[in-house]
Amino acid sequence: MSFIEIDGVWQEYGDHVVLERLKLDVGEGEFCTLVGASGCGKSTFLRLLLGQEKPSRGMIRLAGTPLPAEPDPGRGVVFQRYSVFPHLKVLDNVVLGLELPQSRFWGRLFGGKRRAARREAAAMLERVGLGQDLGKYPHQLSGGMQQRLAIAQAFIMKPRVLLLDEPFGALDPGIRKDMHALILELWRETGLTVFMVTHDLSEGFSLGSRLIVFDKTRQDPQAPNAYGARVTYDIPLNADRRAARQRIAALPRHILGGCPDKPLLEGADA
Amino acid sequence: MRFVNRHPGSGSRLLLMLLPFILFLAVYFFGSATRLAQNPDDKLLPSAAQMADAIDRVAFTEDRRSGEYILWSDTAASLVRLGAGLGIAACAGLALGVVTGVFPFLRAGISPFLAVVSMIPPLAILPILFIVFGLDELSKVALIVIGVTPVLARDLEQRAREIPRELLVKAQTLGANSWTLVLRVMLPQLCARLLVSLRLMLGSAWLFLISAEAISATAGLGYRIFLVRRYLAMDTILPYVAWITLLAWLMDFLLRQISRRCFPWSEGALT
Repeated sequence: MSFIEIDGVWQEYGDHVVLERLKLDVGEGEFCTLVGASGCGKSTFLRLLLGQEKPSRGMIRLAGTPLPAEPDPGRGVVFQRYSVFPHLKVLDNVVLGLELPQSRFWGRLFGGKRRAARREAAAMLERVGLGQDLGKYPHQLSGGMQQRLAIAQAFIMKPRVLLLDEPFGALDPGIRKDMHALILELWRETGLTVFMVTHDLSEGFSLGSRLIVFDKTRQDPQAPNAYGARVTYDIPLNADRRAARQRIAALPRHILGGCPDKPLLEGADA
Repeated sequence: MRFVNRHPGSGSRLLLMLLPFILFLAVYFFGSATRLAQNPDDKLLPSAAQMADAIDRVAFTEDRRSGEYILWSDTAASLVRLGAGLGIAACAGLALGVVTGVFPFLRAGISPFLAVVSMIPPLAILPILFIVFGLDELSKVALIVIGVTPVLARDLEQRAREIPRELLVKAQTLGANSWTLVLRVMLPQLCARLLVSLRLMLGSAWLFLISAEAISATAGLGYRIFLVRRYLAMDTILPYVAWITLLAWLMDFLLRQISRRCFPWSEGALT
């Protein structure tokens, strides 16, 4: 049984059909990149996975059970914009993810738990390269650093599914490359399942272990909204990378902790 | 260089800032001097000396009848009413704004009602307030609360809905429930906005206060102005108006400082 089953999903707004007859099985640990023309429903699909919207027809199952119809900590998300809280400092933005699930009333931790949460969050921020900026507010960060913060926020939750909605769309090419390296590295370490919407086809090809193309197969010029988009191509990618990941996953833990896994993967990246 | 691209230096900025004030005062005192030269008993445009006398009388001399320093007791009475009214209005407006801005169910029930209520001219129901709450402090505070709360609530609801949906979704993926979402994400952002809205509402609040005091009070800045109007005591009225203006400006300044101190990330701190 696959990890995520998308079973005959349609999404319609009134008589505007956005997605039709979507059928997809995704295994745990895959990195799916979603590409397609503007307005063909990639982001709608992501919102369905997130639980922000409910499919008009069909069913999405996560590990065999129907997907909860609202966002929850099991599914992390990074949007293109507005992913971080402007009123919290960098460190607090990440600590929040540790505080909210543990403190159902105050939404805050105190004393030793608070110190532990701050240490953990600081380590995570160090990991994404924001170790120097813990006390800054998000508006003092550049666009790329804000996305790093959003990624740290998502990963601190240790979600099983990560949804990325054009997370690097607004960034410079150079910074985008750094971000690709970061996200791949985190994906390898955590083994979570990633869905990433992108406009950039080469990004889609180079990052993913599976490229999913959305397109409208039928067009009615009289009624452009009558037919929705479907998955037209479903291409396995970077099989070597996937294999390398599986090999690493099979290694005993103490070896993983001891030696850096990067050299092992450098070849798989090429 | 185009006019839109020319910026004053710090010296000329100060000069430009002071210029309208100086002009205003110059025009006033020129008019005052001309009128007084023709008729030394003219009461309409009192001179600086006459106003200084009046200030000395109300602020630094004990009132023979009550044994109080009138300006200070008036100020205290007015500020207590204004503070109580604005404080209650701020809390109520914030609470209403948050629940209507965040929870669709409560918005559906409360928001249309607020939209109608905010259209009631508060002064039109002042007589009702006097009848229901009596002529004491309560009716004056109630007028400020009724006048300010709906506007604050509607503004904050709008602000709450302007907060990007993405942030609400993100908070839920970080494990927030409805309550902690309000507590940790919405409230801090709306408190920042509340200070901005309060600053804008200061003028209205003073308007309501002075109206209520003018009609029924035994002390207060508005009461005093309307009392001495009977004697055409412009020498007292003008300093009182200046004093009210100064107080209102100081409150605005104070709110801006709080904004800067507590919410350095917000736009309200920058303006």
